[in-house]
Order: sequence, then C-alpha cells, then structure tokens
Amino acid sequence: MSSIIIYMIKRIYMDHAATTYLDPRVKKAMDNFWLAKFGNPSSLYKEGREAKEAVEKARKEIAGLINAKPEGIIFTSGGTESDNLAIFGVARNFVSLKTDNKGNLTETKISGSPHIITTKFEHHAVLNPCKFLEKRGFDVTYLDVGKEGIVKPEDVKKALRKNTVLVSIMYANNEIGTVQPIPEISKIIRNFRNAKHEARNSKVSDFGFRISDLREKTPFFHVDACQAAGYLDLNVEKLGVDLMTINGSKIYGPKGIGLLYAKKGIKLEPLMAGGEQERKIRPGTENVPGIIGLASALRISQKEKNKEKKRLVALRDYFIKRLTAEIPKSFLNGHPKIRLPNNINVSILGTEGESIVLYLDELGVACSTGSACTSESLEPSHVIMALGKPHEYSHGSVRFTLGRRNTKKDIDYVMKILPGVVERLRKISATWQK
Amino acid sequence: MAKVEQWYYSDKVKEHFFKPKNFLAKDPGEGEFDAYGEAGNFACGDIMKMWLKIEPETKRIKDLKWQTWGCATAIASTSIFSEMVTEKEGMTLEEALKITPADIAKRLGGIPSRKFHCSVLADQAFKNAVDNYYKKLIK
Repeated sequence: MSSIIIYMIKRIYMDHAATTYLDPRVKKAMDNFWLAKFGNPSSLYKEGREAKEAVEKARKEIAGLINAKPEGIIFTSGGTESDNLAIFGVARNFVSLKTDNKGNLTETKISGSPHIITTKFEHHAVLNPCKFLEKRGFDVTYLDVGKEGIVKPEDVKKALRKNTVLVSIMYANNEIGTVQPIPEISKIIRNFRNAKHEARNSKVSDFGFRISDLREKTPFFHVDACQAAGYLDLNVEKLGVDLMTINGSKIYGPKGIGLLYAKKGIKLEPLMAGGEQERKIRPGTENVPGIIGLASALRISQKEKNKEKKRLVALRDYFIKRLTAEIPKSFLNGHPKIRLPNNINVSILGTEGESIVLYLDELGVACSTGSACTSESLEPSHVIMALGKPHEYSHGSVRFTLGRRNTKKDIDYVMKILPGVVERLRKISATWQK
Repeated sequence: MAKVEQWYYSDKVKEHFFKPKNFLAKDPGEGEFDAYGEAGNFACGDIMKMWLKIEPETKRIKDLKWQTWGCATAIASTSIFSEMVTEKEGMTLEEALKITPADIAKRLGGIPSRKFHCSVLADQAFKNAVDNYYKKLIK
C-alpha cells in the first residue's frame, strides 16, 4: 500500500461547492478597479462618479440576468449575509427582538407567534438565523426532505399558517446537490397569499395596526440560490420568488461579494447601522471590484450554463456509476437525477470521511466530507441525517463537486486511487465486516 | 497548524495515520490473545477495539493489536499508544494504565483540543481490556 503514496505534481480540485477559482475573464473585468478606478461611489467628484457608474451598470446587468428591477438588487458580503438579511430583515418587521426575562417577545406586531417555514437541510446561514428567532418567540417548521433529499410542495402547503411570515427553501442543496421544486412551491405560497387577501377583503379585520399592509403580503418566499446560480435558471418571475441569495465565490467570481434580490414592496430592516448605501438597507462603502466581478461571473456562468451542464452531467453520471460499482457498499446520497450537474455525494460504509479526505489530499485530490470528525462542533452532517440514514452514512460520506477544470481523466485518476484508500481504511476499521 | 507545507495535523500524527502500527488486519484466532477490550464515542461515531497478549508472570504487554472506525487522530493516537506500551521489553499493565490521553497527545506533537475527548480512545479501550483480563483470571 505504500506504493500509493506517490509524488503528485498536479492537483485535482473537486470541491467546487466549497468555492471556485476566479474565471480569468472575471479577473480581467475587475483589474481596472483596484488602482485606476478606485473611487468611492458616494463621492461627488469624477473618481466617485466613475465608480458609481460602474456599480450601477453592474447592478443593471445582474437585474437583467435574473429578470428583476435594478432596485431589487442589494449587494452584500456574500451568501451568509444575504441569507441573514432576508430572514432577520423580514422578521424584524413583525417583532422587536427584545425579550423579557422569560424569553417572551416584549412587542409583536401581529397576534400570536410569527411563523417561519424552512427545511431540515438548509445551509447553516439559514438554519441558524431561524434557530435564533425560535429562541425569541418565533415558531419555526423544519420540513422533512425525504429519502431522496427533495421537499414535497404539499408539505409546504400543509405547514402554511395565518401567521407565516417567511418561507425559506434552498434552490439546490450544498452537500447533496438535490434541486428543489421552487416554482411549484412559490405557486402554493402565492395561492395562499391570494386566499388570505380575499378573506380579509370580505370581512373587517381584527388587526388594526400599521403593519397590516405588510402582513397581507406575507408569507414571503426566500430562496438561497448560491449553489444553483452556476447551473440553473435564475429568472425570479418564472421562479416566483420574493427574495433570493446569490454569491460570487461559487460561480467563478470573487469571494466576499454576494447579493440579495428583494422584490419591490418588501421592506427589509437593515442588519447594520451606518451610511445610506444600497437604499439604506446595507450600509458600508460598496465593494466595487467585487460587484464588477460578481456581474461578470454571473453573466459568464449564465451564458455558458447549458453547455457546461451537459458536459458535467455526463461526467457526474460516469463518476457515480463507476464509484458505486467499483467500491462495494458505497451508496449515492440524494436523488440520482434531480441534482446539480456537478455533485457526487456518496457514503462509503466502514470508512470515516476525514480519513478519506486526508488520504486523497496526500494523493493530489481535494474533496470534502460530512463526517462529524471534521466539524468544529463534532456534529455529523445535518443533511445526510435529514435523509433519515443511519449515522454510519454521515460518518463515511464524501462529496466531490466538479467544475470547469475537471475532465474525465481526473475522474479516472480518482477511481484508480480511491478503491485502494477505501480498502486500506476498511482494513483497520473496527466495524467493517471482512 | 495550517501552514500549507505542513500537514493539517502534526507530522507525528501524519506518520501514524498513513503508516499505522500494530493494527489487526484480520479477525483474531481462537486463544490468540489473552484479553480484549473496546471503547466508543457515540457523538463522533468513533469505535475502538483492542487485543492484548500478556506475559502471565511479569504482567508485561507482549503484544497489542487494535482496530478503529475513526478519523485521522483516532488512528494516530491508537497507533502511537500501541507503540508506547510495547516498545523495549513492553510495559507492565500497571505502568501502561498510568498513560493518560494527555501523554498520548503530547507524544503525537499535540492534537486540536476539540479532538481530544472523542478521538483519544486508546486508554479507555486498554482499561476495558485490562478489566476483562483480570475478570477472566478471577474466574
């Protein structure tokens, strides 16, 4: 087995769901905005106007790509901030988050607890804000995602309540890549909203407060599209979403930049206090090179998505077929087809994910795992657990996410070394039936 | 930690992770060992099994073999424990029982504190094996 420790010159990067390298064209687009066009968009003089013009041009371009109005694009620092802004920004319209010493809300603007619907396998940037609000008097429903990792629209329908203010469901899951039926879910939410509106018009409301206008428009529908943005349709009208998160670092754009799309009429309370940028919703000097890079990255990935999708689906299916056939007791996590073109997530029983990741790293391959052993909290992947599989599946889960630089040759190399690594780890594993 | 040229864990962890010592590759034969012990950590999912061969007069450890379904630090800490108790003429059971997880971590050149309680299972599996050994002697 020592023969597998060979000297690797080339690195094979298969963790594109963690982050992507910059597209050289994106880098080129950004180049002008470090030394030459460095101005603050809020400044009145030429340098400022120049920067402002570039930011607004990027905003307009992005709006066009997702079929939104430019005013609906709020630039942020990334996916986590956009998710937080969507959830807390909506939640703060309905309550002040101050609580008494028993943890009850001191002021709510609607009768009864405000309610949020999300799923068990959301990203932590959505789950943890929801858990935070739960501690402060909100009711939160965490929907099941079934064995295949896909939310059932009828479950959303059943969970909707008079007091539901927000539904937050990801477009595609970051660990197993399963794509959620967003248009079907948005239709259910729309119908529910319309029914609520009609009911209110036919009878005099018991709620006489100033928030009633906003209340009528709820529940809002937020979608985290970070993983989907490189491969799926982002037309917000077709999708029927009210709020949508996108970030740069998953679509061959820069890190530290993201956006939240917010439909006209949705009032978001800012998370931070400061200047008047981004329509007073997100203070702070704009990340000009980042914004330019995000627009460029989104344009390129949306333009090339169909071609790239086709290429990656073929590679993905080839990889899955070989891996599950050549490694005994290995199982694909998530629906085999209704998943992102680049996602391969398998549980290799009798092995532990961190050990596999470290072995493959030594052999030149970068991938990731949902094993408890690699997380700070030592908690196993909540995504694999949400599929209802035993702990062993999470412990031995490995995720490969393909991207622009990967070829069939890369997969063949992984399939040359992975069986040996698995065999070795199973040899020293206390649970593996030899 | 986390310098690119260095490994994620210490070099000693790396050495024992990639070339673990004394693991049992196949199931033990009948009467091949004098004692068996196990330990596990449900939170992290790591499970450890350990087999001992003991010199009956001196109570010195002649051989120690193990298996683990664990992460890199679990594999490395068990491997180095097996080396510690069997090197030279082998420790006596009494001496080996005094080895603490801190001793193991120290000899590994340190491991992250969050990994300490879940992955250092060797001393627990060993205590369990020694318990079982004496129980068997009393019978």
